[in-house]
Amino acid sequence: MAHVEGQQHDVQGQQHPIGIYLKIWGLLFVLSTASYLVDYFHFQGYLRWFLIIVFMLLKAGLIVAVFMHMIWERLALMYAILVPTLLLMVLLGIGALEADYTFFTRGVFFVRGLL
Amino acid sequence: MTQANPSNTAQALPLPEGVPGIVADWSSDQRAFKNVPWGKAMMWIFLLSDTFIFSSFLISYMTVRMSTTEPWPNPSEVFALTLFGKKIPLILIAIMTFILISSSGTMAMAVKFGYEKNRRMTFILLLITAALGASFVGMQAFEWTKLIFEEGVRPWGNPMGAAQFGSVFFMITGFHGTHVSIGVIFLIIVAIKVIRGDLDHERPGFLTGRKGKYEIVEIMGLYWHFVDLVWVFIFAVFYLW
Repeated sequence: MAHVEGQQHDVQGQQHPIGIYLKIWGLLFVLSTASYLVDYFHFQGYLRWFLIIVFMLLKAGLIVAVFMHMIWERLALMYAILVPTLLLMVLLGIGALEADYTFFTRGVFFVRGLL
Repeated sequence: MTQANPSNTAQALPLPEGVPGIVADWSSDQRAFKNVPWGKAMMWIFLLSDTFIFSSFLISYMTVRMSTTEPWPNPSEVFALTLFGKKIPLILIAIMTFILISSSGTMAMAVKFGYEKNRRMTFILLLITAALGASFVGMQAFEWTKLIFEEGVRPWGNPMGAAQFGSVFFMITGFHGTHVSIGVIFLIIVAIKVIRGDLDHERPGFLTGRKGKYEIVEIMGLYWHFVDLVWVFIFAVFYLW
C-alpha cells in the first residue's frame, strides 16, 4: 500500500496527511523523555545501555522512515542508502578490538612501571 | 503532469515492486533511482557520506573511551545545571534535544505544505525551523562557554578525568553545531525563495541556474532531519552513556 501511495504522487513528490507527522513528533517526544529518564533515575549497567540503545534506534528509525520518507521510497533507493551503513558495524568491531588491545598494553606498561 | 520531459525516463519501463524492483531499477540502463528528483538522490548520497564521517567520530570516541586508563568524567554531572536552586542533571541537553526534534516536526510539515504550494505556511514553518535551529546553536554556545570557563575543559585535558573527554566533546559537538548552523543559513535561503514565489514561477536558482521547484524544500528537509538524526546518536552515546 505504502508503495502505491508513493507512486501515485511521484510527479508532485511526497505527500502525506499532516497527522502522521504530528504523531511521529509526539512519539519522538515520548522516546526522548524516556531516554532522559534513564539518566534521571540513575539506571546503571546493562539495563542502562540496553535502554539507551533501544530508544536511540527507535528514534533514528522513526526519523528516517517517516520524516525522511524512506518507507515510501522505492527499494532501490532504500537499499542503496541503508545497506552501506551496515559496513559501519565492521568498523565498530575493529575499533572495539583495537581499544581492548590498547587498554591491555597500557595496563601491562603501567604494571611494569610499578614493579 | 503530461508535459514532455526528455529527461523523465522513469515511466519508460514498468516498475515492479519488491526485490525484482531493485534488480529492474538498477539494470534498466537508465537512471537507477526512479520517481526521485536527481537532487534528492544526490542529497541522500551526500547524507550517506556524512553518516560515515559522523560514525568515524563516534567510533573513535568509543575506542578512546574504552582504552583510557583514566576515569571518564560523568556527563550527567558535567552537564548538570542549577535551576531554581536545584541541580538537575543534563537538563540543558534534554531541552536542546526537544528543540531539535520540534524543528524536525515543523520541517516535515513545511515539506508537506510546500508540495501543496501553500507559500505562506511553508514560509512560516521554515522560519520557525530556522529559529529553533538558531536557538539550538545558541544553547550550544552557552554550553561550550560554561564548560570552557567554569569547568576548565580543554581539548587537551580537564580537571575531571580522562583528557580525551575534551577533545572528543569539542570535535563531535563542534562538527554537529557547524552542520546545524549551515542548515539554518540554507533554511533562511529556501524560505526567502518560497515567499518570493521563485518556486511557483520556476525561476532559476543563483547557484545552479536550475528551475525552482518545491522539491528543494524536501531536499532541505532531508538535510535538516539528518542533523536531528545525528543528534539522536550523540545524545545517546556521548551524553547518556
